[in-house]
Amino acid sequence: MTTETVRPRRPRNSTPPIRAKARRAPLKRRKSLTLTVLCTVMLVYSLLPLAWLAINATKSQQNLFNSFGLWFKGFGFFSNLGDTFSYEHHIFARWLLNTLLYVVVGAGGATLLATLAGYGLAKFDFVGKKAVFATVIGAVAVPATALAVPTFLMFSKMGLTDTPWAIIIPSLISPFGLYLMWTFSAEAVPAEIMESARMDGAGEFRTFFSVSLPLLGPGIVTVLLFNVVTTWNNYFLPLIMLKNQDWYPLTLGLSTWNDQAHTAGGDVVFNLVITGSLVTIIPLIAAFLLLQRYWQSGLSAGSVKG
Amino acid sequence: MASPPLDLARPRRRAGRRRGSLAGWKFVSPFMALFALVFLAPIGYSIYLSLYKTQLIGGTHFVGLQNYSDALKDSQFWTSFSRVALFLVIQVPIMLGLALFLALAIDSGRLYGAAFFRISVFMPYAVPAVVATLMWSFMYGTQFGLVRDIDKHFGVTLPDPLSPHLILASIGNIVTWEWVGYNMLILYSALRVVNPSLYEAAAIEGAGQWRIIWSIKLPALRPAIVIATIFSIIGSFQLFNEPSILKHLAPNAITTYYTPNYYAYSLSFDGQQFNYSATVAIIMGVVTMIIAYAVQLRGIRKAV
Repeated sequence: MTTETVRPRRPRNSTPPIRAKARRAPLKRRKSLTLTVLCTVMLVYSLLPLAWLAINATKSQQNLFNSFGLWFKGFGFFSNLGDTFSYEHHIFARWLLNTLLYVVVGAGGATLLATLAGYGLAKFDFVGKKAVFATVIGAVAVPATALAVPTFLMFSKMGLTDTPWAIIIPSLISPFGLYLMWTFSAEAVPAEIMESARMDGAGEFRTFFSVSLPLLGPGIVTVLLFNVVTTWNNYFLPLIMLKNQDWYPLTLGLSTWNDQAHTAGGDVVFNLVITGSLVTIIPLIAAFLLLQRYWQSGLSAGSVKG
Repeated sequence: MASPPLDLARPRRRAGRRRGSLAGWKFVSPFMALFALVFLAPIGYSIYLSLYKTQLIGGTHFVGLQNYSDALKDSQFWTSFSRVALFLVIQVPIMLGLALFLALAIDSGRLYGAAFFRISVFMPYAVPAVVATLMWSFMYGTQFGLVRDIDKHFGVTLPDPLSPHLILASIGNIVTWEWVGYNMLILYSALRVVNPSLYEAAAIEGAGQWRIIWSIKLPALRPAIVIATIFSIIGSFQLFNEPSILKHLAPNAITTYYTPNYYAYSLSFDGQQFNYSATVAIIMGVVTMIIAYAVQLRGIRKAV
């Protein structure tokens, strides 16, 4: 895995600190075998199901039933992959595109809104600021699913149910993202820099885009990733909002395929459910691995100050 | 990419002060407008719904708090409520305990390949609850799962994880698997901002590893633990995805009122009882907020 190659945040024992800023002196400590073994148990627990999924994505429907779960039997991954995409007139491809649409517009928009608002809360004083903050933080504790029924009824009156808007609009608000961007902007953008941009005659939005935005990079990547995960993995909202399979995201589609096996006369396609699941999780895992140096520093900075 | 100064102790709020109300609102208003539409309006509508009743004969009429008193006498509601309460008091401590152990272990500098452990244990967070549940349910399966494999190879008969008396534990395992790494990361991030000179000072004073954990690391972790606990409580009370997906595999073990959320869902979308469903959702929302608030108060008081 790429972890070790992507600029280690804690300098290794032999390497000199890259920058003066690396605060934690490389404490020379004995490595502990016992501790490593204990943690390996947790590692196996975390990775075993993923290994099971990857192994079984290579098996045909028949081999799933007559082979050992953690070893290979035949190699049918590519035929499974082909079948997954062609099954029921390529509906899986449609689901994938829907998911991408919801993620790009929903999670992208949510990140933009949270960044603007978090920055506004951190860097300006204005009438009603305390009320804004209290309302939004209070809303974090409201179970999202408690909102589902009234939102469904409202959207159905507005004619939005069974359209992509029913998924996108609620995804645009992320109170947690706002909180993270608020703490992050407060620390990452020094007032002096904003002040000097203003002296040069830049307006507030000009200052934001040219001066502050670059400094907010790691925070934005962090919030974006977490919003992407939330939107990509959303199940409850599509479940109540969508009847038409053509607008399903991957999650809802996969559970529909799985349910088929348990309905009388339904087509049993466990091999496609398993392969489809693997296809569903690979983009997110790749994103987390590739972007880890950004989101890990974003998390540390924004993490839980109060 | 310049990484930001991570260790400025407190958000600097004085910045840009007295810079006119208007500029601040310009940044905040797009968020607030949508927030009003997707958060405040549904909450208001929900409260409105909960005060009315729709009957086949007679239509919709105002009933005051009758839905609430009905819910508090509803045995199905209480069954579902005590189930998530049981889930909460068992699963959350196990999950957070494991997360704490991992965060301390990875931060201790005594682990071989700490970065690899950190990213690997976190990976399940990226897996959708749907896929996690499908995957585990296949592995639980006595048809082609790992349970069947173990049964066959060792000639034993393991208890069926999807049977009525084990399914809550099986769900707990799935939820733990999904969230332990995420919680580890929250705690680990909080440990990273502890000033290392504290450890050096403690070591010079002759404090051992355990003493440092007890006297420096755990107090530093308190706010993060409070936040992780609150999120976990909210998550437990909202439990829905896992039981809803397992229902097809274990129709006898999972009822339509398995969790409060599931109950609210069934009332609305199977029973068209929107008013009563809104009432159940509001009660759960209020209970969640009270408990979250109490945890927060307790966390803060202990810190002082």
